[in-house]
Amino acid sequence: MGAKIVSNNGKKTLPGVHVPHHKNTNDSVPQVMPVPDKVYISLHMHMGAPCDPLVKKGDYVKVGQLIGSSQAFMSARTHSSVSGTVEAITTMTTSIGAVDQVVVIATDGKQEVSEEVKPPVVTNYQEFLEALKCSGLVGLGGAGFPAHVKFNLKDLNAVDTLVINAAECEPYITTDLRTMLDKSEMLFKGIKAVQKYMEINKVYIGIEDNKPQAIEKLRQECANDPTIEVVPLKAMYPKGAEKVIAYETCGKVIKEGQLPYQAGVIISNVTSMAFIGEYLTTGMPLITKTLTIDGSAIKEPKNVVAPIGATFKDIVDFCGGFKEEPAKLLMGGPMMGTPLYDVNYPLVKNNNALLAFAKADVPKIQETACIRCGRCVRACPMGLMPSLIETAFKMKNIDELKALKVNLCIECGCCAYACPAKRSLVVVNKLSKRLIAPKK
Amino acid sequence: MSNKLIVTASPHIHDSATTSTIMRDVLIGLAPAMVAAVIIFGFRALLLTAVCAAACVIFEYATERVLGRENTISDLSAVVTGVILSFNLPVQLPLWMAVVGCFFAIVIVKQLFGGIGNNFANPAIAARIFLLLSFSQPMTSWLSVENGHAVQGVYGATPLAQIAAGETDALPSLLEMFLGLRGGCMGETCALALIIGGIYLIWRKVITPTIPLSFIGGVLVLSLLFGVDPMYQLLGGGLMIGAFFMATDYTTSPITEKGKIIFGLGCALITMVIRVFGSYPEGVSYSILLMNIITPHINRMVRNKAFGGVQQ
Repeated sequence: MGAKIVSNNGKKTLPGVHVPHHKNTNDSVPQVMPVPDKVYISLHMHMGAPCDPLVKKGDYVKVGQLIGSSQAFMSARTHSSVSGTVEAITTMTTSIGAVDQVVVIATDGKQEVSEEVKPPVVTNYQEFLEALKCSGLVGLGGAGFPAHVKFNLKDLNAVDTLVINAAECEPYITTDLRTMLDKSEMLFKGIKAVQKYMEINKVYIGIEDNKPQAIEKLRQECANDPTIEVVPLKAMYPKGAEKVIAYETCGKVIKEGQLPYQAGVIISNVTSMAFIGEYLTTGMPLITKTLTIDGSAIKEPKNVVAPIGATFKDIVDFCGGFKEEPAKLLMGGPMMGTPLYDVNYPLVKNNNALLAFAKADVPKIQETACIRCGRCVRACPMGLMPSLIETAFKMKNIDELKALKVNLCIECGCCAYACPAKRSLVVVNKLSKRLIAPKK
Repeated sequence: MSNKLIVTASPHIHDSATTSTIMRDVLIGLAPAMVAAVIIFGFRALLLTAVCAAACVIFEYATERVLGRENTISDLSAVVTGVILSFNLPVQLPLWMAVVGCFFAIVIVKQLFGGIGNNFANPAIAARIFLLLSFSQPMTSWLSVENGHAVQGVYGATPLAQIAAGETDALPSLLEMFLGLRGGCMGETCALALIIGGIYLIWRKVITPTIPLSFIGGVLVLSLLFGVDPMYQLLGGGLMIGAFFMATDYTTSPITEKGKIIFGLGCALITMVIRVFGSYPEGVSYSILLMNIITPHINRMVRNKAFGGVQQ
């Protein structure tokens, strides 16, 4: 290891909690899994309007072919991840929890690449946005926000800073780390493209200091570029939250009701940025996803490159299957991930992990009375007071909930993690937001 | 898969601390003072503590049983109340009086106001004051401590009472004060043991140092302002046990760090006003009780500013 890492450039940090890291798959170079017999590609893997199918039953589709799009501005295109025959266009519940249209494709194993796939010609900002739209990219950190919408600004002068979110603060997940170690060339290509077309002066790459290998590597590779700075962040959850990383890399405060660009900053996940570099090079749209498969019930935990639409069962089988019957399946990390009802959900674009836990590792949570210890208050990165919010929620006191700024809750889970009484504070915050939302 | 998957809201992992591990840490923090009390006051100290702890647990169990509440004795909070109450009693207090205090602490102050997390005042402090008002004579009879041990049957004044009466010639040395070799409640005298226990609680993150520092710091500054010897004010009476173990009670102290500073300084002010101007030689218990009562107001007025929050 090189010089000692000074986190956050020595600046003050926002609160959070120390979670166990469990980065068991740090050294697992992502392995490409074989194409399954069937894929189920959802037409709604993003925030915004779902896509309409562009193919019908019996059509032959190739890898990278456009199979779904929407007229709506807030949407992201859908491409085929395989070559094969469309077996059906049906509806099913996807891991997002919604019932969506799904294109079922029986694969032929040839993985014939579509003629549509060619590197885009990009010479200006408009063409850059068009390329993002054609790529089908959504925010890969988890939110699934369409990239061509995020990068579409009315006034380019309003934004001077790009923050690359490489904190990867959720336990277990190591895919962003692998992006930095395995695809740094593409990452910098993506960054330079955004800098060029969006006239961005300064780029900060925020990385938790539990990834010294990535910090060192990226620092070396951008040593000659004064516009890019690697900022180590104290390894304390949730450094990867948008408002937290904006503040801790460049000191910008995204105020209540603001989107990041209104604070002069654009924030993008590191794997999304590397994908932009790859897309500009190859023209292959977003049809695979690297995800961490881990947890006590998985036989061979590792990072896997899987085609979009593969079922979690196929992916787990590639990891040797289940060691023992899983009691809990999580899509995403243990702090903010969504539990699954079924192992047959298909992979969507913004999945970045599948964790399977054996019964012994799913502790029964016994909720007890609040003892007003204030741990939730001290843990909240947003400076909120969850225990008072809980009281106000019980009283259905809407004015008080508004005064306590419950709408600023980022649902990171620090309060509930820290609570010795194991109270469901995140649930209360979510319900409180509903309660104070204007009635439609 | 034959079994259904478990589906719960995030987060899916939790810190290992629970209410009972916190209370267990408080008991560990109180252990040095228990040892000191046995050395100074003899095994009667251990007996008194054991009786109080047992009585509190029994009263808690019985009240919850009668009120049809969930049994919470395993959270150890009743044990903590019993131990702290016993530390605030003269060592030779008749056991039945101590049990009456436990009844008041658990049944009246804690359970009738809703049980753990809902009491408006610290049960141990309220019970101590109740006993002081009910049984004034036995509650203010202090065994004399000579050559490091309490002398059975010989009673004397506490150092703070001596100072209040102007009898400063017979005061114990500062070293004796620090080690607790003086008259007083059985668990309050040994500053050394209480500070060790307090540091343990801070290290274990059971408490933040805010209340002890502002309480003790406030007493230091005010004693200088009022022109009394600050060292005897710091080491005398119940300041150390009050600042580390009683004023820091979660339920009855403010939730924000700013609120805790106000709380600690308020305790210091009331303590010193009672000690210097009042008719009682000691005011720590009253100060904490009065600040307990205004804690809801502090919680309402002193709030954290949300990150990026905008005034509307």
